[in-house]
Amino acid sequence: MIRLKDVVALLNAEILTKDAPLDIEFPKVFASDLMSDVLASAEPGSLLLTGLANAHVISTCSVADLAAVVFVLGKRPGPDVVAEACAQRLPLISTPLTMFEACSRIAAFREGKRGGR
Amino acid sequence: MAAEPVFEQELPVKGGDFRRAGAAACKIKALLKDMGFDQKTMRRAAIASYEAEMNIIMFAEEGCLSLAVTPREVRITADDRGPGIQDIELAMTEGYSTATREMRELGFGAGMGLPNIKKNSDVFRIDSKPGRGTRLEIIIRVNGRGE
Repeated sequence: MIRLKDVVALLNAEILTKDAPLDIEFPKVFASDLMSDVLASAEPGSLLLTGLANAHVISTCSVADLAAVVFVLGKRPGPDVVAEACAQRLPLISTPLTMFEACSRIAAFREGKRGGR
Repeated sequence: MAAEPVFEQELPVKGGDFRRAGAAACKIKALLKDMGFDQKTMRRAAIASYEAEMNIIMFAEEGCLSLAVTPREVRITADDRGPGIQDIELAMTEGYSTATREMRELGFGAGMGLPNIKKNSDVFRIDSKPGRGTRLEIIIRVNGRGE
């Protein structure tokens, strides 16, 4: 499990959606720019990391029950997309890190929590 | 004999209308939620609908998702008027895609659409007439296989 506030801190991320519930927890994390792969393979309740910043990300999360989105490389969707995410209560955050670095930090955090090192 | 549907609705989908992509699938999910279906059934129906909706938007001129619900199953039929599919077996192969670069830039067209619809269905039928259109029949049973 990893909480949204842990993700924000680990990734030096900016919260894009107001009133994001920082205590929500994600059992799984999924990283992809292909929404087809998210629909096919991401588990419900997952945190999504993506380099794609458009309205299809929000629809995909809504359809497949993903719990929050991290946009990598400082990307941020337009205000209409952020407004739609707010309406659907889908937290969005943006990190300046690369996809690889963001995933690495989350993986290291999860390993640490498991007592792996 | 399959039970008579207790609820039916048709949701038109316009080819090329990427801006409204997901509207029909989200509507189907909301309707199923209001009817009290469990999360797994809703999710499978929404994913299958979304993929079918995207296929119409990406490839067809126009189409329609029809939802028919009985207490035990959700039936979704996707009908479109469009180019149809020349080789269905090939189109069902994971990773095979005829999507354009523009579609891929939107995050779609990875060649997972039809296989993913099948994966989320308990019954999946596809019929296509090249040059005319494609029809998908999707049945999702409550407590069906799924994942």
